[in-house]
Amino acid sequence: MTDITPELVAEHGLKPDEYDRLTAAIGRAPTLVELGIFSVMWSEHCSYKSSRRHLRKLPTSAPWVVQGPGENAGVISIGKNRDGVELVAIFKMESHNHPSYIEPYQGAATGVGGIMRDVFTMGARPVANLNALRFGSWDHARTRHLVGGVVAGIGGYGNCMGVPTVGGETNFDAAYNNNILVNAMCVGVAERHRVFYSAARGAGNPVVYVGSKTGRDGIHGATMASAEFDEQSEEKRPTVQVGDPFTEKLLLEACLELMASDAIVAIQDMGAAGLTSSSVEMASKGAALGEGGIDLDLDRVPQRETGMTAYEMMLSESQERMLMVLKPGKEDAARAIFEKWGVDFAVIGETTASGRIVVRHAGEVVADLPLGPLADEAPNYDRPHDPKQAPAPLADPKATYVEVEITLEAPDKSADGLNELAAAFIEDRLTHESIANIGATISPGRIVIYAVSAFGQSLLTAPLREAAANLKQSGVIEAFDVEAREASVDLADQPGAITMLTAAARLMTGPDLCSRKWIWSQYDWSVMADTVIGPGADAALVRVHGTDRALAVTTDVTPRYVAADAREGARQAVAEAYRNICAVGAAPLAITNCLNFGNPERPAVMGDFVAAIDGIADACGGLDFPVVSGNVSLYNETNGVGIPPTPAIGGVGLLDDIGRTARVGGAEAGDELIAIGITRGHLAQSLYLRDLFGIVEGPPPTVDLGTERRNGELIRKLIAEGLVTACHDVSDGGLLVAAAEMALASGEGLELKTPVKQRKAAFWFGEDQGRYLIAVAPGAADTLLLKAAMAGVQATRIGRFGGNFIRLDQSEKGADIIGLLDLAELHERPLPDFMAGPVAASSVTGENLMPMPADAIRNMILEALPDADIEIEDLAGDGDHYRARIVSAAFNGRTRVQQHQLVYKALKGKMGGELHALALETEPRD
Amino acid sequence: MKSAVIVFPASNCDRDAAVALRDATGNQPVMAWHGDRDLPDVDLIVLPGGFSYGDYLRSGAMAARSPMMETVADRAAKGVRVIGICNGFQILTERGLLPGALLRNAGLEFVCGPVAMRVEAAAARFAPSLTAGEYVTFPIAHHDGNYTAEKDVLDRLEAEGRVAFRYVANPNGSANDIAGVVNEAGNVLGLMPHPERAISQVLGGVDGRRFFEGLVGAMAAA
Repeated sequence: MTDITPELVAEHGLKPDEYDRLTAAIGRAPTLVELGIFSVMWSEHCSYKSSRRHLRKLPTSAPWVVQGPGENAGVISIGKNRDGVELVAIFKMESHNHPSYIEPYQGAATGVGGIMRDVFTMGARPVANLNALRFGSWDHARTRHLVGGVVAGIGGYGNCMGVPTVGGETNFDAAYNNNILVNAMCVGVAERHRVFYSAARGAGNPVVYVGSKTGRDGIHGATMASAEFDEQSEEKRPTVQVGDPFTEKLLLEACLELMASDAIVAIQDMGAAGLTSSSVEMASKGAALGEGGIDLDLDRVPQRETGMTAYEMMLSESQERMLMVLKPGKEDAARAIFEKWGVDFAVIGETTASGRIVVRHAGEVVADLPLGPLADEAPNYDRPHDPKQAPAPLADPKATYVEVEITLEAPDKSADGLNELAAAFIEDRLTHESIANIGATISPGRIVIYAVSAFGQSLLTAPLREAAANLKQSGVIEAFDVEAREASVDLADQPGAITMLTAAARLMTGPDLCSRKWIWSQYDWSVMADTVIGPGADAALVRVHGTDRALAVTTDVTPRYVAADAREGARQAVAEAYRNICAVGAAPLAITNCLNFGNPERPAVMGDFVAAIDGIADACGGLDFPVVSGNVSLYNETNGVGIPPTPAIGGVGLLDDIGRTARVGGAEAGDELIAIGITRGHLAQSLYLRDLFGIVEGPPPTVDLGTERRNGELIRKLIAEGLVTACHDVSDGGLLVAAAEMALASGEGLELKTPVKQRKAAFWFGEDQGRYLIAVAPGAADTLLLKAAMAGVQATRIGRFGGNFIRLDQSEKGADIIGLLDLAELHERPLPDFMAGPVAASSVTGENLMPMPADAIRNMILEALPDADIEIEDLAGDGDHYRARIVSAAFNGRTRVQQHQLVYKALKGKMGGELHALALETEPRD
Repeated sequence: MKSAVIVFPASNCDRDAAVALRDATGNQPVMAWHGDRDLPDVDLIVLPGGFSYGDYLRSGAMAARSPMMETVADRAAKGVRVIGICNGFQILTERGLLPGALLRNAGLEFVCGPVAMRVEAAAARFAPSLTAGEYVTFPIAHHDGNYTAEKDVLDRLEAEGRVAFRYVANPNGSANDIAGVVNEAGNVLGLMPHPERAISQVLGGVDGRRFFEGLVGAMAAA
């Protein structure tokens, strides 16, 4: 027999005091198999030993909750189907962080496979998958590889299972460079009277193993998931499991077929720690109900390899396996179903009343342990936790920048010559990081170049001067003059040296807000033909098959808020899930969560954890939004550096009538844009200050739960009454970004107006909570404002849809303006560009005055769209301002923005991004 | 009118196809198991989308050799209408009931989203509710949808008017923008896009419903 040395104990992740506790509990030294069993059952992953006492604070009940935390997944009632049968939604979210970092494809794939098993093991057919992903920064060497692998893995598994992946979220932040987070959520639907649980009650029932054969893969995965990372972690590749969605699909169909009969006493997925945790958990739950116990004979376990030891079999994490307890005499009928689907089926033991787990292998008892110490009496720590001090309020942020004006005199040059010269001068300097904006104005014989420094950079005045001097020396110009001055602005008033819309465009081009289409177009989000609203929306909406109702599902957390203030940030995550569900017209019902934190043995990390639980409990209580399932992932640290606290919230809501919903797109020309909720202009921890000015300070915005409810209820009522043509939750980036996203999704431009008495940047970029933007048909706006006033909700007219541009505050002096398709291109390009190769420089450039003959435009369009009928009008007669009307079959079935993008792509590179001067009308061919 | 949907291991659009057929025909289709050979007399057979046999070996390759496909081939030879959607199209080409092959998408990634297609003559003959030259939108969701055939095969398909649907903006690199083709007799149709996912206005359009209703209407009249 193997000697149980202190080294061996340490290798199993047990601390010396935990080992003492183990021997005291069983009254002797354990066998190697027993040590392995304790190791996984007492791991953080299985025992929740650092979190259990805190998780009890979460509100878990409501009239619609059928099953709260403690089962494979949570269960809520969602009403009756057309046949009068009560239906339930079953859902949970779970992490697969460490495996996904080591082997992104398999790690993410098996995460998706595992969470689906948690749901169908309870009798539900999975109907929607979501993923909350956090990766490192774009300039980190591994990020591209990890994003590519994780996305392909999620798609590879979910697509084959035929379960639509309908939503989720993705962040990029250097704090996740060495610890990515892959949180997978699955929602299923079942009939209430056919929900299956895991308590193996009753003695003498057959214990049945179904699914893939057991191999040597993933041994010690649960222990790995409960330890910090270091340089050697990538050598842990053999502990990552390999997924087979084909087998899981067969397992799903076979299980659901068996579940339609009356054969199952209890069933449990073999997830982390496989056979050990499933058998111990089922038996101990049975024991808690009166009698329980389990005898296993490992010789009967289907095995992929020969010569496997009992230790390996008990700890293997081979995927796509389930453990069931059947009613006696049902074995043959059950076996026939699994054989039909080509899935292994083996009776490997029976339930007992012993209160113990007894494992036999090759005729010997290799483990004989009492269930109590393994499960209910497992360690339960009250780890020291230091509350973090609340951040001080952020003083008015200011920015200083330098403006330079260079006048180039060239009296002999033609207009064309001046244009070329200006374009070349600007082009050469566009890549300078210190330049925020550069442009030129041309008058006869003279070019005035205007350049502004980026925040935090001193403008390279000298090189600009030198460039001008060179031009003079080579005789291109006759004279030049350089003038520079320093200016200071309050960032609540204006975004430094750039315009408001340029700032919005930069945010929407950045890693956190750029389009995620590259990700979700690799997921089958329309299979099952029930997807009403797919990815890229506030919440996804999936019809409950056989009804007119739909489930609204979302995942949310804003890690920078939680990092600044864990309690407030966690409240915000719950509130945002609530808001996203309301934004599609659905009633929020319950949440699941995935609490990703660092090492709980550090009091600061534990302080954040406790504060976040407190925040979730407060928000869920105040919003009647109970927690029905969840997962805790601790030790997300590499070399002692932890991740930002990331409590991801998965929300589920119910919409009564799929015909009464609202989308982010859907606004029509003439519709009014109305902001719901109060905007005070909270800039601390905003994306605006972080991404544009590098300021990450102050408290996150606070959530008022009463306001959140009132505003959410009003939004649902307005949508149900059909008054709203489009709706969008206001979150990262504030009102201007939300408004621009609605314009893009609707394919309609916007005229926006800042309300009087508002500080412009704070108003448009502040991240105050409890807000929505809605679009309303022109005739209905007054009615709507009245309804809002009567509900005690602030509603403000801030714009009107229509045209091809987004304009802010039109006046005699002109307006801040951006072309809709410019913005669409800027928004959609960054992620595919990043994934394609080295980080592309993305800059919103100033004027480019290259003129272009109409014929050249026509030819380029024809190259890409050979069937196109094109009319081009030179509006100003200057070879620079055109209107084009294009009819092409390529536009058929595409939104207006997509049609314009096709044209834009045709002209790409040749117009230098200068499409202000091209007014487009596109039409599909009949 | 009677129809059948063949269920292979890891078919995953079998229910969606059954719903679309039930709506269009008014009858519940027969769900036929790949491992059986017996199939009641039906007027229409659908091979649904999915990942039959986990796409192992090649998409559709193993399903094409299942016992039920013997029966499907016999019925097709007798003139029974057969539609292969997505994985079903792959199975039909692997079985040799349709020419060509479906390779990995040119972009190498799985692609999902609605696509616009031009209705070609063969589709208009198959489902007269559609008119040649009009445009319809069905969702796609596939990894191996890049239709390929020898040049002379493509030329024949074109000359004989056997292209059924053509992509407006080719999402996968298919030769001649082909999204669907029919066999020589015109009773076997394979297409990558999913008409069964476009049968409701709320769920992304009704072009698929028009396709099924037109097909069923024409068969009832015949």
